[in-house]
Parts: sequence; C-alpha cells; structure tokens
Amino acid sequence: MENRSFIQSFIARAEFGPLVLLIVELVVFWGINPDFLSPQNISNILAFTVELGLIALAMTLLMTSGEFDLSVGSLFGFSPVLMWTLYNSGVTSLEMGLLIALIVAALIGLVNGWFVTQLKIPSFLVTLGMLLVVRGSALFITDGFPQRTWSAEGSWLANILVGDFYVGPFRIYASLFWFIGAAIVLGYVLTQSRTGNWIQAAGGNPNAARARGVNVSRVKVGLFILSAVMASLAGVISSLRTSAANPNSGTGYELEVIAMVVIGGTALTGGRGTIIGTVLGILILRVMRNGIVLIGVPGLAYNIFIGAIILGMMALHSWLERRHQAGT
Amino acid sequence: MAEPLIRMENIRKSYGRVQALVDANFHVNEKEIVGLLGDNGAGKSTLIKVLSGAVPLTSGDIFIRGRKVTLRSTSDAIAHGIETIYQDSALVTQLSIARNLFLGREPIKAPRFLNRMDQDAMNTVARDLLKQVGITKNIPPTTPIGSLSGGERQAVAIARAMHFDSDLIILDEPTNNLGVAETQGVLSFVRSARDSGHSCIFIAHNIHHVFQVVDRIVVMRRGKVVADDIDPKKTTVAEVERVITGMSDKEIRDAISDGRQSHG
Repeated sequence: MENRSFIQSFIARAEFGPLVLLIVELVVFWGINPDFLSPQNISNILAFTVELGLIALAMTLLMTSGEFDLSVGSLFGFSPVLMWTLYNSGVTSLEMGLLIALIVAALIGLVNGWFVTQLKIPSFLVTLGMLLVVRGSALFITDGFPQRTWSAEGSWLANILVGDFYVGPFRIYASLFWFIGAAIVLGYVLTQSRTGNWIQAAGGNPNAARARGVNVSRVKVGLFILSAVMASLAGVISSLRTSAANPNSGTGYELEVIAMVVIGGTALTGGRGTIIGTVLGILILRVMRNGIVLIGVPGLAYNIFIGAIILGMMALHSWLERRHQAGT
Repeated sequence: MAEPLIRMENIRKSYGRVQALVDANFHVNEKEIVGLLGDNGAGKSTLIKVLSGAVPLTSGDIFIRGRKVTLRSTSDAIAHGIETIYQDSALVTQLSIARNLFLGREPIKAPRFLNRMDQDAMNTVARDLLKQVGITKNIPPTTPIGSLSGGERQAVAIARAMHFDSDLIILDEPTNNLGVAETQGVLSFVRSARDSGHSCIFIAHNIHHVFQVVDRIVVMRRGKVVADDIDPKKTTVAEVERVITGMSDKEIRDAISDGRQSHG
C-alpha cells in the first residue's frame, strides 16, 4: 500500500512526463543509431546544452513568479560582443570586460523589471522591446561584423569558464560544473528557501502575497536581473568555447529556452515551477535536435518535432493538473 | 464604557461624485462578533475596504484601542492586527497549507544565511491549527490549497489569522457557495476564533447565517450606519429585514407583489 502510493505520487509529479519522454528519446535514437550514445556525441550534446541551460534555469524562477523574458537571446549575443569590443580596443582587460558586460546585463534586467513592476506593462511587451534595443545595440557597435576573439586562448578566465579536459573518453567543459552548480543553487532557492515561497506566491496569487507583506515587485525585479545576468554569462561562455563573438548569435534562443521550461512542467501562468523538470526539458530538446540529425531526419524538420513535443507535453501537464485538482 | 477595539468616526468615502460612505460611525468591541448587514450598495464593502486598508478614506478617523491610526495598505492593516478574509483571494492555490499559513513570515532554520524555511516546524504548527479550528478530517499540511474545498480554505485563512494574533478578523461573505455542512463548519470556526479572544466582523447576504453566530448586528443603508445595536437574541429576521430595506412590513409585501405583477 505504502509502496503503491509512493509510485502514484511519483507518477503524479510534473517531472514524470518529461522523464519518460527523455528516456523514450534516448532509447529510440540509440536503437536506430548506436553512435548516438558514443562518448564523442554525448560530449557534443553536453557542451552547448549547458549554455542554453544556464538561461533556462534562471527563466524557470522568473516564469514561476509569473513573468518571462524575451530579451535573453539578444543578451546572449550582446554581452560577448561588448566584452570583446572593450578588450580588443584596449580599453579594459578581458576580466574587466566580462565584469562590465555582466553589470550592463544586470542593469538591463533592472530596467525590464522596473517597466514590468512599476509601469505595470506586461513582460511580453517590455522584453520584446528590450530584445530589439539590445540586438540593435550589438549590431550597431560591431557594424554587424563578428569580433576578434582568438586572444582568449589560455587565459585563466577562459580556463575556469570553458576549460576542457577528458574523463575517460568524455570531453568535459568546465561550464558543465557551472551548470550543475546553478541547478543545485536555484533548485534549493525555489524549493527550500523562503525566497522560493515568495517566488511561487508572486506567480500564484500576487495580491495574496502582497497582503502578507511579500514585496512582489522586488522579487520580480531580482529575477529579471538574474535572468539577464545568466543570459549574459551563457553568451560569454559560448563565445569563449567557440572563439566567436557574433552580434547575431542567440537569435531565437528566447523561445527555445521558454519551450524547455514549460516542457519541464513549469506553468506559463506562474505559481508552479520545477528546476528538475527544466533540466529534463533542456535535455529533451537538445537530445532531440542532435538525435534526429543522427538518425537521418533532415535538420530542417527539427521544428516539427519540437512543436509536437511542446503540444504533447502541454496536453499531458494540463491533464495531470486537472486530475490533481480533482483530488485523485 | 470600555474603549472599543475598533472605532470608526464620521467616515466619508466618495468615488468621484458617488458618495459610498456618508459620515458612517462604526465600532467593534473586544471579543465580539459583529454582523454587518445591508442591501447591495449600502456601503458595507466600502466600509470594510477602508478598514482593511484596501482603499483610502476621503475623511474621518479610525481608532484602534483609542489610538488613531492611518491604514495605507492591506499589509499596514495586518500589521495593526486587522485581517480580512475574502473568499479564495487570500490564499495561493498552488502552495501547500503550511506554506500559505506562514507566507511572508516563514520561520528560518539555522544557519540563517542559508535562508532555509523550517518546514518541519511549519507543518507541525499547521497540523495543530487545523485541529484547533475544528477540521477533524485528516488533511496533511503539505496538501496544496487548490485541492481543498471552499469551507476548508476558509478554515485555513481563519487559522492563519488566529495564529498570527490578529485582533480583528473580517469575513466577507464566508458562507457564499458553501453547502450546509460546510457553512456550519465555517460558523463554528468563527465561534472558536471569538472564544480564543479575537473579534470578528461577519458579512453575509444570508441573514440566517448571521443570526446563528453574531453577538450584535449593525445595519447600513445608503452609506450610513442606521442601526448599530441590534441584539439577535431579542429580535427576528423579519424585523432586521425591515431595517435593511427601510420599509414597513406592508411596504415590503407591496414591493414583492408589485414585482410579481411586473414579472407576470
């Protein structure tokens, strides 16, 4: 009996659906093409996964509080461009360039949060506007050309962010540990800390939260800043790893990140969020992108699968939610 | 006479040209359940919103135990010991009972810099409180509010007000949309709140529910308090209805039959 209710409550969890889907993906791709689980391919999947993943982790908290951020993709492109432009023109060291890029990102997050909480403009419109401003700035600074980046080779900054080493046959980047660390810290914040309780209340019923003395605006502004800084950091990590700083990079990432978060079981309307679910959502989409190419489906068909996954998972989550509400 | 817990004097509230409250005077004594009655538009909700800090008053004074206060927001009112329970709106449905009870005042486990909620302590207190307000069903404190019934949600909100020592608990239509058994449950929560030393304002359309639980009835009409010392034990529902509408028995009967004729 005890055992059965444990299994039942496990199945009722928002993370159960995504977990099953991920396992099905892995089994199907591996069955069709055994190279899918080769150390080299796994290393490939992980390298870029964690960069988008950093953004998705922060987005999970923001979406739980009832807001979202469309400007993350543009910050992913803008921040490395800013850092390299400062460095290449001899204004600052690379480290100082990174620090300035992160501070600028934090200010952009602050502005997003201020517009949303003080002017009461929906985050969709605010961050859409910010997307254009930030992307436009990146293009303007660079005249649309990629920045020179080769000089990062061997610097301590590049080593701690994306230094790579081999564990057996697996090539691991340092960014994987940043991702795991961020997932643990943000998961802790969301489920164990009182801040997490406020984040969920801010998304679930902001008026009730305010009446209990929770500063809903401050919670949201803080999360907008977190989201912008993580997008900026992810952009810099990606730029150091690929030795490229293209003002157009990150285009469309905002939607992919939001898809990862909702597939994982976080409610688009706020109030409920899960970091474990988001980690699963990140893997589902990245594994799908990698796997369908390996089994010979044309890469251009990728979006058909992504769209179908989003629709399917949304249907599953809404069904689970209704079952849950009915008390079964 | 002892100073009342809450005293509102000459309260005016106008929305543009509309006068919602016209020199309303109202008080609540310590450990007293007051039933606030009035027709739609009589000014009950506006008076409650002023007292709960949800809307600012145009003019007039509010005293708590004789001390003048200004209530700028709902959290201001809560800090002054005035808790308002609107149906549903006071709780976060996605969060558990325990997390709702302590929302904004979560106890922290040592070491403090980890900002970690003491969930064991929260659950223990929640379990005790649910028993105290008379929920006999075994509901774990980790149950999300979304899967509770309307009456149980009212109970959680009342339990929270009791735990954080609110002096005055305002219940706005707590028995709306509730079944008979659930209504009796809510009425008994209200009584247990009074018995443990809290005062209540009870607003309900159903006069019978008010009669069952309150110590004193206050009636409002057109933005004014027209009767503030009706003892439910010494009066009848029909008499109170007359005060609410401002009409005599015959006028009420005529109005009803007029209505029937115009409908027929």
